[in-house]
Amino acid sequence: MKQFIGKRAIASAVSLVGLVILVFFLSRLTGDPTDLYLPIDASQEMRDQFRELNGFNDPLIVQFGRYVADLARLDFGQSIREARPAIDVVLQGFSWTLSLAAITMTLVTIAAIVIGSLAAFNVGGVFDRITTFFSLIGASAPDFWIAIVAIVIFAVNLHWLPTSGTGTPWHWVLPVAVLFIRPFGLILQVVRGSMITALSSAYVKTAKAKGVRSRPIIFVHGLRNGMLPVITVIGDQAAGILNGAVVVETIFGFPGIGKLMIDSILQRDFAVVLAAIMVSALAIFIMNLLIDLAYALLDPRIRY
Amino acid sequence: MTETLKSAGEPPKGRLTTFLKLLWADKFALFAAVFLLVVVLCAIFGPLLLETLATKQNLRGRNAAPFDLEAGWAMILGADALGRPLLPRIVVAAQNTIFVAAGAVFFSMLIGTALGLIAGYSRGRAAQMIPRLGDVIMSFPSLLLAVIVLYILEPSVGNIIIVLAITRIPIYLRTARAEVLEVRERMFVQAAKVMGASDRRIVFRHILPVVLPTLLTIATLDFAFVMLAESSLSFLGIGIQAPDITWGLMVSQGRPYLTNAWWLSFWPGLAIILTTLSLNLLSNWMRIALDPTQRWRLEMGGRKNG
Repeated sequence: MKQFIGKRAIASAVSLVGLVILVFFLSRLTGDPTDLYLPIDASQEMRDQFRELNGFNDPLIVQFGRYVADLARLDFGQSIREARPAIDVVLQGFSWTLSLAAITMTLVTIAAIVIGSLAAFNVGGVFDRITTFFSLIGASAPDFWIAIVAIVIFAVNLHWLPTSGTGTPWHWVLPVAVLFIRPFGLILQVVRGSMITALSSAYVKTAKAKGVRSRPIIFVHGLRNGMLPVITVIGDQAAGILNGAVVVETIFGFPGIGKLMIDSILQRDFAVVLAAIMVSALAIFIMNLLIDLAYALLDPRIRY
Repeated sequence: MTETLKSAGEPPKGRLTTFLKLLWADKFALFAAVFLLVVVLCAIFGPLLLETLATKQNLRGRNAAPFDLEAGWAMILGADALGRPLLPRIVVAAQNTIFVAAGAVFFSMLIGTALGLIAGYSRGRAAQMIPRLGDVIMSFPSLLLAVIVLYILEPSVGNIIIVLAITRIPIYLRTARAEVLEVRERMFVQAAKVMGASDRRIVFRHILPVVLPTLLTIATLDFAFVMLAESSLSFLGIGIQAPDITWGLMVSQGRPYLTNAWWLSFWPGLAIILTTLSLNLLSNWMRIALDPTQRWRLEMGGRKNG
C-alpha cells in the first residue's frame, strides 16, 4: 500500500516538474509584463526599476534557478497583479472552486445513483426511457450555452436569481445547476449500465427467489457491486469540474481557480499561473489516490 | 443465432445493407445519422455556396428578429449584430467546427491506438513506459493547459487541433491497451503465432479488427466531447478567431446582446446540442450494432435496445 502510494507520488512529481519547466519558459515567451502594469507614459527609469524589482532583467535560466530556489523554501513568488504571495491568491481561488466542486459532485452522485438504479431495475420501462433521454441531452449540452440561457431565463426575465458574482447562497444556485448537468448525464448512464449487469447476476436472482424486497435488492445487493465503474467516472468528472469550472466561473464571475488562471495568463502574472498549476495537479493527484482507495474498500479482491 | 436462422432462407446480403437495416431498426439512431449527414454536407459545401451571403453586412437589419419571413429565407433565424443573416452563418460555421473536431479525433485516435497496440502487444520496456505517458497527460486539467498553450502559440486551426488531440490521446491509448492485453491471450492469436505469423500480421490482421469497433464507438462519443471543448475555447476567446467562425464563437459573439436579442446565442448553441446529441445516439447504436452478442436487440425490432 505505502509502496503503491510512493510509486504514484514519484510518477506524478516527475510529470509535474516537466510541466512546471515547460510552462515557466513558455509563459515567458508571451512578453514582458512591464508594459501591461505601468501607465503608458511611464518613464524609462520607472520601467527599468519595475523590471529590476521583479527580476525580469536576468537571463531566463537565472530567473528559473531563482524560482526553483524559492520553491524549495515553499515560496511561490509574488503575484504582480495583487501584490501579495501568489500561493495565497491561488489557495483563495482554489477554496472557492473546491466548494463548488464538492457541492456539485455530492448532489450529482446522490441523484445519479438513486435515479440510475431505479431506471436499471425496470429496463425499457417509461421511467427508464425518460431518464435515458434526458441524461443524453444533459451529456450533450455545452455548459456555456446552458449558463447563458439560464441567465436569460432565471436572472434577466424572471428575476429569481442574481446574474453573477458571490455573496448570498442564491449566487451559488446557477453555477451549481449548470455544472451539475453534464456529469449527471454521464454518471447516470454508467450507473444504469453497470446496475443492469449487477442486477442480472446470480446472487441477485437468489435474493429475489428468497423473497427479499426490491429496495434492499437494488441498494444493498446490486449497488455495492455495480459501484466500481461508477467511481471511476465520478473521479473523472470531479477532475473535469476543475476544467469545466473555467467556463462556468468566467460566465458567472465566480472567483475560483479557473477564472483566476485565465485572468493571470492574460495579465502575464506568471507566479500565479505556475502556483495554480501545481495546486490543481496536487488536487487531482489526491483525488485519484482516493478513488483507488475506494476501489479497495468496495472490492476486497483488489489489493495494492 | 437469429443471424443463422435468417440467412438460411435468404441469399447472403452485403455488409452495407445489413447495417442500413440495423440502422432502420433504431429510429433515434436513424434520425441522428440523417442529421449528421446534413451537418457534414453543410460543412463541406456550405462555405462554397453561402460564404458571400453569410458575410454580407446589412446595418439596417441589425439583430433582426427570427421567424420574419418578409426579409427572405436567409433571415428566418434572425440576423446578428452586424445584420448578417444567422442561418447561412451557422451553415458556414459548421465547416470549422466539424473540421477541428474531426482533425483532433483523427489524430488522437491514430496516435493513441498505435501507442496502445504497442503497449499492449510488446512485452519490453515500451509496455512499461507508454501507459505512464497517458497518466501524465490525464493528470492535469486539460482545458487549462489548452488555454496556456493556445495563448502562447497563437490560436489557429492547426494549433487547436494539436492541443485537443494531445489531451484526448490517453482515452484511445488506455482502451486499446486494455483490449489488446485481453485479445492477445485468445486462442486464435495463439494459433496464428504457432503457424508462424509475423508480429505485424498478428497485430493488424488478428488483433486490430477485434479492437477497432470499441475504438470507433469511443471516437464517436469523443467527437462530441472535442466539439464541446473547441466550442468552450472559442467561447473563451482563445479558440478560433474572428473573422473565422465556429458555433462556439457565435455563441460568445451573441453574449453582449443576450437581454434584447437572445437568438444570436441560442441558434448556434442549439446546433451544437443537436450535433452532440446525434453523436451520442449514434454511438449508443454502434455499441449494439458492432457487437455480435448484442446485435439481436436491433434485429428483433421492437424497443428493447437498452
